[in-house]
Amino acid sequence: MVKWRSYAAITALATALFAGCATAVFAQVPGPGAAYVLLPAGTLKSVLAGDADKGPTPIPAFSMRVLPVTQGEFLRFVSKQPQWQRQNIALTFADASYLQDWQASLKLNNDTSALRPVVNISWFAAQAFCEDEGGRLPTWLEWEYAAAADATRTDARSDPQWLARILGWYARPASTAPAPVGGERNVYGVRDLHGLVWEWVDDFNSLLVSVDSRSQGDPDKLQFCGAGAISLQDRENYAVLMRIALLSSLKASDSTSSLSFRCVREP
Amino acid sequence: MNSICKVRRHLVTMALAFAALGLLGTLASAATTEPAALPKNSIYQLALPLTDQDGRNFTLAERRGQPVLIAMFYTSCQFVCPMLIDAIRITEARLSEAEHAHMTVLMVTFDPAKDSVAVLKSTSEKRELQSPHWTLARTDAKNVRKLAAVLGIQYRALPDGEFNHTTAMILLDADGRVVGRTSQMGSVDPAFLKLLKANIHATTP
Repeated sequence: MVKWRSYAAITALATALFAGCATAVFAQVPGPGAAYVLLPAGTLKSVLAGDADKGPTPIPAFSMRVLPVTQGEFLRFVSKQPQWQRQNIALTFADASYLQDWQASLKLNNDTSALRPVVNISWFAAQAFCEDEGGRLPTWLEWEYAAAADATRTDARSDPQWLARILGWYARPASTAPAPVGGERNVYGVRDLHGLVWEWVDDFNSLLVSVDSRSQGDPDKLQFCGAGAISLQDRENYAVLMRIALLSSLKASDSTSSLSFRCVREP
Repeated sequence: MNSICKVRRHLVTMALAFAALGLLGTLASAATTEPAALPKNSIYQLALPLTDQDGRNFTLAERRGQPVLIAMFYTSCQFVCPMLIDAIRITEARLSEAEHAHMTVLMVTFDPAKDSVAVLKSTSEKRELQSPHWTLARTDAKNVRKLAAVLGIQYRALPDGEFNHTTAMILLDADGRVVGRTSQMGSVDPAFLKLLKANIHATTP
């Protein structure tokens, strides 16, 4: 039974390869060396801070991808590593909506898809892509550090106008596919941290906010070891808090239509 | 583009030929027994290298064949982790000797930086954990995150060296699928115990 199925899979792969020749989706994809920029070491007053770690957190230097990973780039990855194709993926690593917006395992939705961020992606698949690129997913603190910047300041979070602008994006319905990557650059040169997609982080399963903030002082706290429960330090920054709420509600195999990722590397 | 397509066509032809050969091979060797493919929802799909308290290297998937009680902990934890060991102990105490012999316990540390093989060994001896039935193991930080992810466990390192983590005892069936979990400490969770027994009986002749 299993052998028959893999035979069918090879036939499907063959079909997809021929289809790729006809539409030349690969042609629009930037070369294999995705652009990264260096973010210098600094400190961050995270919106997430427990009793044990109040005060700014030191962030060592790292390099971050300028853009989220595109569908074209992800297509190239799954062509190379078939175990991450939609038809082959283990349920442990991705749920049923994994890459569901693609026409087939090796075929994007349409000609404009290659430059849009890849969505419907699980944490495991995102992690595997980054490892293949010689990197990893950013930690939450690294992502928040990069995303605190605007075009001229490394930390624009106290500016109500800036907060209002990024918050505006969350009010827009997510019914259509995200736009192509390449938004405005921030002071580090990183683009699309706000306003395009949600992004996976390496330690998405460390944020604990959904359980922890509600359970302070209640009997459920036995579930948690370690001293400080995490509490939210900056209740004004709704846009970032929403990301934390979303990320901490996810399982690593989940995928959603507006959840993408980018990678980081050691500097 | 055309030459690439030609090459692709060759590759495709070859792939189809190999697939056909493979098919013949399967028909010819249908009588020989191979281990069945892992279920797609098995956590043993994760190629996870582990080292136990005796320094022996093994992979998660080597546990296939019997139910496993799996949990994550760290040795410097003063409060919940000792309770977790006790919870596993009192659950196991409700098994018959035969049932006990057909399952194992695997605890993996959140803290590979501090929990060296020697530290795991000392904890294992101090808590009188019966080896090889009860394994304390470590892996690198990257794989700790992956294991926690497949088990649905949240954790976070705190600056003071402690870890904030969900505490759970998780039951894997013989093929490594998560079939049950409990966070009940201090007394036996009857539903979890029932599930554990059912899974042991499902794999014993």
